[in-house]
Amino acid sequence: MSPLSCYLLVSALLFSIGLAGALTRRNAILVLIGIELMLNAANLNFIAFWRYGPDPAALTGMMFAIFSISVAAAEAAVGLGIILAVYRHSRTTDLDQLNSMKG
Amino acid sequence: MTISFLILATLMIAGMVAAMGMRNLVHCILALTLGFAGLAALYLQLGAQFVGLTQILVYVGAVAILTVFAIMMTGSAGPIALPVFSSTWTMGGVVAGAVFAVLAWTIHFGTASRKSPPPQPEATVRQIGDALMHRFVLPLEIIGLLLTAALIGAVLVAMQEKGETP
Repeated sequence: MSPLSCYLLVSALLFSIGLAGALTRRNAILVLIGIELMLNAANLNFIAFWRYGPDPAALTGMMFAIFSISVAAAEAAVGLGIILAVYRHSRTTDLDQLNSMKG
Repeated sequence: MTISFLILATLMIAGMVAAMGMRNLVHCILALTLGFAGLAALYLQLGAQFVGLTQILVYVGAVAILTVFAIMMTGSAGPIALPVFSSTWTMGGVVAGAVFAVLAWTIHFGTASRKSPPPQPEATVRQIGDALMHRFVLPLEIIGLLLTAALIGAVLVAMQEKGETP
C-alpha cells in the first residue's frame, strides 16, 4: 500500500467513527463532537493530498485545511451555544427526549 | 508505511473510539484531546508543521475547553444510569459501517494513490504567510468576518433571554 492510501484509510476510519458517534449517541454534545471528528477526517485528507499531490509548492491543500479548521471552530462555538439554549428551554440534552417537533 | 505512522494512527483512532464510546462525558473529552493530539502529530509527520500546531491550539486548546464548559453548564458530567446510545443505534452503526466499507473499497481500487511519493515539500511559516497575504487574502478576510459573525451569534444564542427564568 502506498503512503497516501494509508492516510486516506485512516481518514476514512476517522470519518466512520465520527459518523457512528453522531448517529448513535444520545447526548447532543457528543453528537456535535462526532461532527467535529468528520471535519477532522476531511482536514487529514486535505493535508495528505497536499503532501503527496502533484504540486505541493502551491500550498493549496494546506490553505484549505487552515480555513476548514477556522470554520470548524466557528461551527463548534455556534453549535454549543445552540445546545445551551436548548438545554435552558427543555432542561435536557438527551436527544431521545427532545422530540417536541416529532409528528 | 512507517512505524511512527502506525503508532500515531493507532493512538489517534483509539482516542477517537474511546471519545465516542465511553459512558462518562468528561472521560469522553479526555479521550478526545488524546485523539486530537494524535491527529496533530500525524500532521507534523506529513510535514505540515503550521497546521499541526494550529490543530493543537484550536482543537486541544479551544474546542476541548469549550466542550468541557458546555458539559458543566448542562450538568451532564458524572456517571449516568440511562443507556448512552440512542434507541436506533443499530441502524446508525450499520450506516457508519457501510460508509466505511464504500470508502475503503474506493481507496483500495482507486487510481489516485498509485503514483510514487514525491520528495518532502517545503512549507515554512514565511511561505504560508506570503500565500495568505497575496493569493488567499480574500478568503482570509472572509474567514475573519465569518468568525466575528459566528462568535457574536453564539453569544446571542446562548445569552439569557429577558423574562426567562434562569
